[in-house]
Amino acid sequence: MTTPASSTAAHRARTAAARPMIECRGIQKHYGDYHALRGIDLTIRAGEFFSLLGPSGCGKTTLLRTIAGFEDIQSGVILIDGQDMDGVQANARPTNMVFQSYAIFPHLTVAENVGFGLRRDPRSKAEKAAAVEEALEMVGLKGYGKRASHALSGGQRQRVALARALILKPKVLLLDEPLSALDRKMREQMQVELIKLQRQVGITFVLVTHDQEEALVMSDRIAVMFEGQIAQLDGPEALYARPTSRRVANFIGVMNFLPAHVLGDTPDGVEVEVPGLGRVEIPAKNVSSKDPDDEGPSVGFRPEAVSLVGAGQPVQGRVTEGVIDEVVYYGDMTYYDVRLDGSASFDGKARPIRIAMRNVFGREVQDVGTRAKVSWSPGSLVLFR
Amino acid sequence: MASGNRSQSVQGLTLISPPLAYALLVMAAPLLTILAYSFLKDGYLTVVREFTLENYRAVWTDPIVRTIMLRSLGVAALVTLVTVVLAFPVAYFLSFVVSPSRKSMWLFLITIPFWTSYLIRVFLWKVILGYNGVVNSGLKTLGIIEQPLSFLLYNVNSMVITLAHAYAPFAILPIFIALEKIDRSLLEAGRDLGESRAMTFWRVTLPLAMPGVVAAALIVFIPTIGDYVTPALIGGGKIPMIANLIQSQMLDLDNRPLGSALAVTAMLIVAVFSLIFVALNRRFLKVRQ
Repeated sequence: MTTPASSTAAHRARTAAARPMIECRGIQKHYGDYHALRGIDLTIRAGEFFSLLGPSGCGKTTLLRTIAGFEDIQSGVILIDGQDMDGVQANARPTNMVFQSYAIFPHLTVAENVGFGLRRDPRSKAEKAAAVEEALEMVGLKGYGKRASHALSGGQRQRVALARALILKPKVLLLDEPLSALDRKMREQMQVELIKLQRQVGITFVLVTHDQEEALVMSDRIAVMFEGQIAQLDGPEALYARPTSRRVANFIGVMNFLPAHVLGDTPDGVEVEVPGLGRVEIPAKNVSSKDPDDEGPSVGFRPEAVSLVGAGQPVQGRVTEGVIDEVVYYGDMTYYDVRLDGSASFDGKARPIRIAMRNVFGREVQDVGTRAKVSWSPGSLVLFR
Repeated sequence: MASGNRSQSVQGLTLISPPLAYALLVMAAPLLTILAYSFLKDGYLTVVREFTLENYRAVWTDPIVRTIMLRSLGVAALVTLVTVVLAFPVAYFLSFVVSPSRKSMWLFLITIPFWTSYLIRVFLWKVILGYNGVVNSGLKTLGIIEQPLSFLLYNVNSMVITLAHAYAPFAILPIFIALEKIDRSLLEAGRDLGESRAMTFWRVTLPLAMPGVVAAALIVFIPTIGDYVTPALIGGGKIPMIANLIQSQMLDLDNRPLGSALAVTAMLIVAVFSLIFVALNRRFLKVRQ
């Protein structure tokens, strides 16, 4: 609670060494002919803020619901804190869930909702009421206990759902797209609050989301899922900077791809020839060799990993020239589509690359049709082969 | 804006005026006539146009009327209880067990009894429960009994059985609708928060289904209290209810003012009970947003 603001790194170092809280081994789930989960292997550590990220229908919610005990699995093992969950009913699992719809009981008041799970708690009525008030205070709803639950706003309903789950001090809190029903401002506020809350209570959070930004903001680690399988499991920075497949790269943010010819391995990585960029040595840690949807080798880079060099500005890294094809002004950012000299796409036509430039004071927005210098560094390139 | 609203309400009134006129003619006019009769004097075979409260005094002090009124209330309450208790599992099955694609077929099946007229259905129960009816002859054939059971017909039990059967669909449908409206994630939340299936039913499903249960009770209670056919046929005329009493006053004894006073009194009592039900329902509806 008194940890300094710079605790994210410390928190991640601590949880990376923590004991496993959830272990999924070879989980298979079928709905009739539909193969929803195709062999999920996953370890979530105690105290982690873990996200399952993927497009709708990828199986992330199904996986969450199997952990909660709402769905049976055909094969595989789920351990929670070392205990096999096979045959353990949802009400007996050490997990609690924040539902997408929040599932606030409409016939109960806020306090009755929050205290719903305390029925068999041996504490006295007064102690339970105090616990409810404390839980409400923790989520910023102090004094709301007597209100009717249907009179709450979306954000308040979510806080009630959080308090109702956290008051039971579960080992794992499962969150099923908890922010998707909120407007943008509220969502951003709740993201920060959820991180703070998670650090405060120290409970393992497992979040399901289709919003890559949300996952990047909140998670210690993210599992990206496609079609019932985990495509990549990494920390947010690694996932963004070094996606291991074009599919993950495209799902998380924007990435430029240029076809590449592999020349050969070097002691530190792989040497490639990229039309438009020239001969480049890609560092070994940026080389991914398990891209399934293969259109031939390509290099990828983020729009903000390259920059336009204005006249007279010093150049960092390597420089390529091109023509500005399109300019999209966003206020804080300007996006340029630049056709690099000598570049060619997979279909033979030269496709422009996207460059994101922050509109800092004194930097002029360039116009369509002008020639421009583009600077980049080999370290920001990822090779998919 | 206001003028727009006014023209809209005029339009609305114009639209409903034909059924409104019809309803006034066939509903309000007879009711007002009954109300008027109840304050007039009886002149044997005629109605004397002279204001009196004598009819009400007679109704409210007559021990026979009181007995029959209480019996009507008791039978209606019993029928309501039996019907709702039996209808709830059916509605629950329909809502939670039957797959969505089959639901309309099941609802259709539940309405099948309505294809036979009410009178015939009541009469069929007489055939089933009678001295030489299906039940008695069946048991006799099986050798379980020697003499036909006489307690099957012409008593309150048989009336409750008949009425509960007749009103079952009216009770099943509102409860079914209330159950259908329950967000299934609420039940998962109940389980997630540590409650067994049975406790989740008790703490979540049942309270949320209460508006449907109250509506079902009201729908069954109001018509059964004034039921005329079943006491006459199944009760064998030995255990009359309030409707039978009104009928005999109106037609057999030709005392229309007293019959009218009985009718108005019965209506008032039913109205009071209905208001209690409505108040209950309002309480449940309020928390359901």
